[in-house]
Amino acid sequence: MYSEEHKKYLKKIRINNFLVRLTQLSIIIFLLLLWQLLADFTIINTFITSSPKDIIKTLINLHNTNNLYQHIGITIYETIISFSLGTFIGFLVATILWWNRFLARVIDPYLTILNSLPKVALGPIIIIWAGANMKSIIIMALLISVIVTIITIYQGFTETDPNKIKLMQSFRANKKQIYLKLLLPSSFSNIISSLKINISMTLIGVVMGEFLVSKKGIGYLIMYGSQVFNLNLVITGIFILCVVSAIMYYIVAYIENKLLNK
Amino acid sequence: MNKILSIKNLKKIYHTKQGETLAVDNFSFNLLDGEFVAIVGPSGCGKSTILSILCGLEKKSDGEIKIRDNCKIGYMLQQDSLFNWRTILRNCLLGIEITEDLNDENKQHVINLLETYGLKDFINSYPQNLSGGMRQRVALIRTLATKPDILLLDEPFSALDYQSRLAVSDDVYRIIKSEHKSVIMVTHDIAEAISMADRIIVMTKRPGTIKNIYNIELTNKSTPIENRKAKEFAHYYELIWKDLDFHV
Ligand SMILES: Nc1ncnc2c1ncn2[C@@H]1O[C@H](COP(=O)(O)OP(=O)(O)OP(=O)(O)O)[C@@H](O)[C@H]1O
Ligand SMILES: [Mg+2]
Repeated sequence: MYSEEHKKYLKKIRINNFLVRLTQLSIIIFLLLLWQLLADFTIINTFITSSPKDIIKTLINLHNTNNLYQHIGITIYETIISFSLGTFIGFLVATILWWNRFLARVIDPYLTILNSLPKVALGPIIIIWAGANMKSIIIMALLISVIVTIITIYQGFTETDPNKIKLMQSFRANKKQIYLKLLLPSSFSNIISSLKINISMTLIGVVMGEFLVSKKGIGYLIMYGSQVFNLNLVITGIFILCVVSAIMYYIVAYIENKLLNK
Repeated sequence: MNKILSIKNLKKIYHTKQGETLAVDNFSFNLLDGEFVAIVGPSGCGKSTILSILCGLEKKSDGEIKIRDNCKIGYMLQQDSLFNWRTILRNCLLGIEITEDLNDENKQHVINLLETYGLKDFINSYPQNLSGGMRQRVALIRTLATKPDILLLDEPFSALDYQSRLAVSDDVYRIIKSEHKSVIMVTHDIAEAISMADRIIVMTKRPGTIKNIYNIELTNKSTPIENRKAKEFAHYYELIWKDLDFHV
């Protein structure tokens, strides 16, 4: 079907991709091996550095005592709740701001300040107001993700091609029609990619919240580990977090791909 | 012939923070049934402003505009602004969706227009797959879909290269004539104006008023490309060129 040259070209791409993957994999294996070897020959102190073997042991331990999935589950649950709420509220507020230019101008400086404020500083207040429970964690995560969501979606709305708006107006479209037929579809890809940022931001917020209040979750695992000076637990927690955040990111990226290339 | 539109002493002032701009002043003329009028004038003299006011996108500052009862106006903007998430057909249906006139009959009308004017194979394609000239035709059909009686065209061909410009202006002229529309077309291109219009309004520079109006009478008037060969063509060109050349 294809010419010889094209086949060669495709093969070259495949080989190239394979090499990239192979190198990536080698780097991580090399680092893990090095870590383990340094630990085995007691060149590093495993009490503070832990080691791959210890991490696996800790994982198995967590699995056997049935705690592992509870912690992961709680963190994922909190993230999904905050993510959905954040996306919904962000979307709603962005829409209201676009609808009402006056309000948008009034709110603008507040948004900027809230956006640049390190949200973790609000942690103590949130705990006092909402209590040391899951509510606080979700509020924390919401605060971190929602402002960015509002700003990106609102920006997408305001960057809509003015000529297209003029076209809609030349057909005497009202605001609702402009919103539904032009703004939403034209900022669709923008909205979807804001979700990708949003999911990471939410996870950061959840873990930060768990640091502050919780008795469960991956953030709690890390915090607890550091309090009892169990570095195996801390690093295992970080490792689990890496895996969870990677999986969430790829799920959103996959959905994005599906939606954009329908 | 009957007046379909009459403009009297139209005036437009734009207000911005920097100050006010008198864009159009003392602009009057009548558009007749089925007539094709071209407006030429230096950049910034208020041509687009006049069309925007006629279409209701801008408010006039003063003057009188009378449109015959039940006459609809269709505005074809300079940019085609096709929505690339809609198919060609759905792009063309946009206007009647907005006016909530979308029914089988109107839809069939649009499909017929697309078929008649050479876009049959592209009805379900997306705008990204069309050439500049085709996109311009789609934009025209999108405007025609609302069944306007008066068409306002703002530099409809300026996005095209010279070759397609000639071809598309022929196409568009044919479409407009066979749909029996009255037209006001704004253009920079004197030759384009002479080859298409029945009458040409030449405007002064800002504040735009009417400098001259020419009735274009060509022997063997036919399509725009053929009209360029008429012997009076150069004569009109000369006259309008002189009107526009402000340095003399
Ligand atoms: N929205 C606006 N606000 C303020 N001034 C404007 C606005 N639109 C146009 N103008 C000014 O009014 C004048 C006429 O503008 P207009 O766009 O009608 O000119 P034009 O004849 O269509 O020019 P061109 O041939 O370059 O398209 C210009 O001086 C322009 O700067
Ligand atoms: Mg203009």
